[in-house]
Amino acid sequence: MSKLRDEESYKKTKAYSFFRWYRGEKDPFLGEVEMQAGHPYKDKRTAEELMQEKEAIMDRVYDIGHNKEIKFFKTVYGIISVIFCLALTFVLLLMVSYSPKTGNPGNPNENEVPVRYIENGLQETGAVNIVTGMILDYRAFDTLGESHVLFIATITVFILLRIDKDEKGKEKDREEANDRNYEPKNDAILQVIAVIIVPLIIIFGIYVILNGHLSPGGGFSGGAIIGAGLILYLNAFGFAKTERFFTEKTYKIICFCSLSFYCLAKSYSFFTGANHLESGIPLGTPGAILSSGLILPLNICVGLVVACTMYAFYALFRKGGF
Amino acid sequence: MEWLMYILLGFLVICAIAVSFSKNPLNSLLIFMSYSLVMSMVWIFLESPDLAITEAAVGAGVTSVLFFVTLKKIHAIDEKREGKKDE
Repeated sequence: MSKLRDEESYKKTKAYSFFRWYRGEKDPFLGEVEMQAGHPYKDKRTAEELMQEKEAIMDRVYDIGHNKEIKFFKTVYGIISVIFCLALTFVLLLMVSYSPKTGNPGNPNENEVPVRYIENGLQETGAVNIVTGMILDYRAFDTLGESHVLFIATITVFILLRIDKDEKGKEKDREEANDRNYEPKNDAILQVIAVIIVPLIIIFGIYVILNGHLSPGGGFSGGAIIGAGLILYLNAFGFAKTERFFTEKTYKIICFCSLSFYCLAKSYSFFTGANHLESGIPLGTPGAILSSGLILPLNICVGLVVACTMYAFYALFRKGGF
Repeated sequence: MEWLMYILLGFLVICAIAVSFSKNPLNSLLIFMSYSLVMSMVWIFLESPDLAITEAAVGAGVTSVLFFVTLKKIHAIDEKREGKKDE
């Protein structure tokens, strides 16, 4: 039923202009808006004179001795801010004083939920560490949201801080060279210490992730430790070394795989109304490393996402890309 | 161990006030780091080692590093600045 248009008439349609705009082939301002090339700065005065002039202007504007309004405003502003802070502190302390004492058996949080977690947690989740059993089994859907929040945070930072590759990486190179100015390049002490300590940090992080269901820790803590190790390595050896194994592509692949595996494993809660489904994976012996069903793979997923996020944050803050 | 807990909590309050009253951003940042470190010790005393590990890695480690990078980018900790004109 579709009518095949010739190219001329297609170019007149809105869809064509929309897709052209979407692909970035056409600058909507070019030719439409009046543009002028900026002329070079012609002021011959030295920086010192400019500073003096600026100070003179500031003195004139904020002349507290003569301008009554600003003096009045500043006094009232100070008083109001102090009063506001004190009032806020008072309200918060009042709320704390009304809350029941910690550890009291009659507290409202002493209902059947924590009792169920503590009494049946080991049998139902197979995790010796009850905290991990809670966040990755009973409350796994919440943790799914948390790891997506991290991913979205990285995307936001990426949007805000990314440096465009328009001029064939020129801008990026300049930024990188600029970045090197602050860095003691090939600092001997830092490198020797990093060689010793980075493998230990990363192995400890992997240990924390893999033992998340047996000992304190878990995906988030272990991922943060690995991320900190990667940042230390990056500081000691520079981007040239880390880009051998970690680039934007690696980040995309790791985050995509981990988050989609997590989604597949746990997002059924969304459709079952937060009810549990049997995964069919045997829980194993509590205390063994291959036990407690889905908790270990989910821990690894969360750890990978967190480690990549930490490293990506640092790389984006440093030079706007990685 | 009660008295040690009180010392740590007092240190937390002092740190929190000192961060906002310090003029130099680098000093504020270092105080903020020590705040996170003491906070992770407090978590251990409150018997939540999970949070202690996370606090030490995220609060004292990654967050502070990000703050350092930001301060460097906005030239707030540039040592080569001649004199101290701004103060």
